[in-house]
Amino acid sequence: MAGYIGRRLLGLVPLLLGITLLSFFMIHLAPGKPTVLQDSMNPKISLDVRNRLEKLYGLDKSLPAQYFLWMQRLLKLDFGRSLGDDRLVMEKIMERMPVTLSINILSMVVLFLIAIPLGIQCAVKEGTFFDHAWTILLFLLFAAPTFWLALLLMQFFGITLGWLPISALKSLDYEYFTWWQKIGDLARHLFLPILVSAFGSLAGVSRYMRSNMIETLQQPYMYTARAKGLPEQTVIYKHALRNAILPIVTIIGLSIPGLLGGSVIFESIFALPGIGRLFYEAVMMRDYPLIMAEVVIGAVLTMTGNLIADIAYAYVDPRIRYKK
Amino acid sequence: MNKTLIIGVVIIGFFTLIALLAPFLSSYKPSDMDQTHMLMAPSAKHLLGTDSLGRDILSRMMYGARISLTIGLIAVGIATILGLILGSLAGFYGGFIDSLIMRFTDIMLCFPTFFLLLAAVAFLESSIFNIMVIIGLTSWMGPARLIRGEILSLKEREFIQAERALGASHFRIIAVHLIPNALGPVLVNATLGIAAAILLESGLSFLGLGVQPPVPSWGNILIESKSTLGIAWWITLYPGLAILLTILGFNFIAEGLKQKIGGF
Amino acid sequence: MALGLKQESYHTYRQGNIVWLKVFIERLSLLVIAFFVYASAPAQDYGDAYVSGSIADARTLIPILASDSASSEICSMIFNGLVKYDKDVSLVGDLAQSWEIQNEGLTIIFHLRKNVSWHDGRPFTARDVEFTYMKLIDPGIKTPYSGDFERVQSFTVIDDYTIKVTYKEPFAPGLSSWGMPIMPRHILENQDFSNTPFSRHPVGTGPYCIKSWKSQEKIELVSYREYFEKRPYIDRYISRVIPDEATTFLELQTQGIDSSSLTPLQYLRQTDTPFFRKHYRKFNLPNFSYIYLGYNLSNPKFSDKRVRQALNYAVNKKEVIDMVLLGLGRPLTGPFIPGSWAYNPLVIEDSFDQKKARELLKDAGWVDNNADGWLEKEGKIFEFTIITNQGNLERIKVAEIIQRQLESVGVKVKIKVVEWSVFLTEFINKKNFESVLLGWSLSRDPDNFDIFHSSKTREGEFNFVGYRNPQVDDLLVEARRVFDQEKRKVYYHKIHQLIYDDQPYMFLYAPDNLTILQARFKGIKPAPLGIGYNFIDWWVEKKEQRYNRISSQ
Repeated sequence: MAGYIGRRLLGLVPLLLGITLLSFFMIHLAPGKPTVLQDSMNPKISLDVRNRLEKLYGLDKSLPAQYFLWMQRLLKLDFGRSLGDDRLVMEKIMERMPVTLSINILSMVVLFLIAIPLGIQCAVKEGTFFDHAWTILLFLLFAAPTFWLALLLMQFFGITLGWLPISALKSLDYEYFTWWQKIGDLARHLFLPILVSAFGSLAGVSRYMRSNMIETLQQPYMYTARAKGLPEQTVIYKHALRNAILPIVTIIGLSIPGLLGGSVIFESIFALPGIGRLFYEAVMMRDYPLIMAEVVIGAVLTMTGNLIADIAYAYVDPRIRYKK
Repeated sequence: MNKTLIIGVVIIGFFTLIALLAPFLSSYKPSDMDQTHMLMAPSAKHLLGTDSLGRDILSRMMYGARISLTIGLIAVGIATILGLILGSLAGFYGGFIDSLIMRFTDIMLCFPTFFLLLAAVAFLESSIFNIMVIIGLTSWMGPARLIRGEILSLKEREFIQAERALGASHFRIIAVHLIPNALGPVLVNATLGIAAAILLESGLSFLGLGVQPPVPSWGNILIESKSTLGIAWWITLYPGLAILLTILGFNFIAEGLKQKIGGF
Repeated sequence: MALGLKQESYHTYRQGNIVWLKVFIERLSLLVIAFFVYASAPAQDYGDAYVSGSIADARTLIPILASDSASSEICSMIFNGLVKYDKDVSLVGDLAQSWEIQNEGLTIIFHLRKNVSWHDGRPFTARDVEFTYMKLIDPGIKTPYSGDFERVQSFTVIDDYTIKVTYKEPFAPGLSSWGMPIMPRHILENQDFSNTPFSRHPVGTGPYCIKSWKSQEKIELVSYREYFEKRPYIDRYISRVIPDEATTFLELQTQGIDSSSLTPLQYLRQTDTPFFRKHYRKFNLPNFSYIYLGYNLSNPKFSDKRVRQALNYAVNKKEVIDMVLLGLGRPLTGPFIPGSWAYNPLVIEDSFDQKKARELLKDAGWVDNNADGWLEKEGKIFEFTIITNQGNLERIKVAEIIQRQLESVGVKVKIKVVEWSVFLTEFINKKNFESVLLGWSLSRDPDNFDIFHSSKTREGEFNFVGYRNPQVDDLLVEARRVFDQEKRKVYYHKIHQLIYDDQPYMFLYAPDNLTILQARFKGIKPAPLGIGYNFIDWWVEKKEQRYNRISSQ
């Protein structure tokens, strides 16, 4: 087993190298320059200053040289400083991480809390009005453009009903709240964002759960269980569920790297300080170190996620381990 | 034919027809402005109202249907063809070619897709052509993996072994026997892909990176709803519904196809 | 808009900070009168917070590095310059009590205020000004504002409260450049500017001090009670980052923010409801910016002046303003803000006349020979592309209207929308365009040298249309040497006329600056500079205050 993991880890090195090489050159060769957003439309800035800025940022060196320097720093886990405000790239990312992470985790929890029971109910009541109605409703939620749905909900809950705040993470006077007021405040602010981000995947997961469940319910051992005279509830929730839910666990595993990815659109509309906007702005401003850091972190997470999934499979299925 | 599939086909057929017949159905050109009828609510003259430059929303949506559906179709076409080629090569030949292609696929998958898209759309120009190609080039990995998997399982089957024994060329085996047999799942995947591409374009429009005006797309028509909140419900409602129904239609088709082919 | 913003933020400094939100200082004599006025006025309550919505987060609060408008706006609350613009847009002292101009404009002597302290209590002196100046001209500092200060020949500290600045040659815009915020030497002296906590926790002399900065969420300032003018009434100044305009508007509806700028549609229609009338006040203020269509003058199509004049006749600016701004903007004929002293009111806009346009085009050789609706010359259709930047729907609309209007005189227009960074580096800087739809935000000082002088046409400079007129060149240089406004005015009026005749740009409009403000704020006095200039005089009655938790401190 250790040998297998070692081999796989070794295989990741060239992969990562390829990713960094490709993205580094792609980003730097793309038109546009990082300095422009800072100075370009300032009529008093002379050409000399412009060149000086490029030198200060090290952008006058050849591309391979820049890549080499960047790689050298990366090996020391130094992602450099943002070109936009000179802050450490790592610091900027870490600042945004908690928001994105907690929203994603919460929305995943909400997602499974709704999707699994719903999928089961639809499977049990396959073909009934209940099943069809939910299928259509879930597809509708999936089919709506995120920002559109978000805007409609914001208007309805925030203005028509006046129940929920429109945007941001907390109230302005959050720091003067007692702890339970704080929790209430956060919950009110996060309600819509979490709902909207869960909506998109609701259809997929619950449909998946439904078809797994239908399949399981048709297995011979189900008939056995029923034949034994067990109550229907026990059959469904004890015997069938246990088998039908396994593939869902795989989905959870595969969505782990995605937990750190934010969405620009979603964060813009709810005015949340997440990773998505950071990345988006970095791209628009050509903040090379920041873009590269995000690409590397994203790649490492995805690869780790895949690796863990593979190792889990290998653990279950020894044939994979010994192949090759 | 099952019911889901029929509903899906009807919805998509309806929008496709409108897109094809746009010049005959619309009573205005999508670029016709009318200073005296800016932001008018739906009326007999303008069935779905007008936008902030007095353009007829209905006409813009008809032409927008062309753009949005084309983007979906072409983007998915590119992705599917690329996926078919790379996936079948990898699956059929295995060994070095397989690892080369699959490693490349892995690299592409490790890139955050939205970043690729954003970078490409930002750095190139967001013309319709570029948007189609970029969405296509960033979404072939799924189909490629799917095809490879299908082919891996198919190529051990007897009829393929028989063809090989008869000395059929590799191209013939792949093109005539393997791909058609793997097509079912690919088709389902492509249908969902079209829906995703249309949604993606509307998302890009939100960021100002989608199809650029004056060319109308459903995405950029819908985006105007952001600046007319509270006074022009028709700009929020109709393009939003059109996108919603189309996505729904494609999903129904995919769902129907799955049932027909048998779940997977 | 981004172009406008960049420019604006720059000028925010150049003129002495304060476009927005700063105090009006009376000169000494007026101060006495003011004292009695205040003494007799009803008591104004302290407390409450002012919450504004900002599209983007600030990037740094080191003022000489800040080039974006969000950073500049916050910096203007925290810092002061030596001079600033008063409500009527004329220069007055800020940290400088007074100044003298000597040697025909070569030398400026500033006399500084003596009662000013930094937020940490240390006194402000001439050494701080010297320090700021040294950093501005330090080649190791990434400041975009060095240009004006490189014209300084010598900078001498005469005593703790007197400074003497000598220029290489008389430079009238120089005085306003001393509106650059002054930074504290005692804190920054041995700091590395690219890595200092100061950039997020600055210390200034201004009416507000930094309290907290949560990236992409909000920046919170609290009033500086020892502020040299007086303690501001509003206790807290909070700037919330709300990136999306739709969200901003919804936040106004829930009163989650107190102030925001408005689009014409929002101003006229979306806020025209009982709710908004009850809870908000709207302001239509002059804006220091304009939108234009610039031609690449080295392109043979546009090198003929008659063609440019014809296009000017062919476009109906009033219709553009009515459709895009719902009438909330002013047409203009030259590169100055309508109504400002430099703007020449005698230059009259050629009226919209497409017949005249066709005649001029015919004179220039453009005729429709094959009756296909498009003009041709030497077998080629008159066709050109307008490029503009992505994300600004207003400009795209303007381009669409121009496209339609020119179609009716037989000129075919294509529109190309390009992402900002690419727009600048690949198209503007490389002069790789036929025509460009853009905006300038103008300085309160009318100096236009960088935009229209023929020496400013190299890559990355601002005369990217390639305008050359020796007469204008001379006038631009001369105008910079004159300090007296009445005399200087003559030069700019001539420049205005010449540029209008040459039509290097088609001048389209100056949009109005539309702002909304929660109605509980009192003491607002709209003036040519806007409303923010007397922010420290704003106050809210105790019973109407909404954010009170901190005032019990």
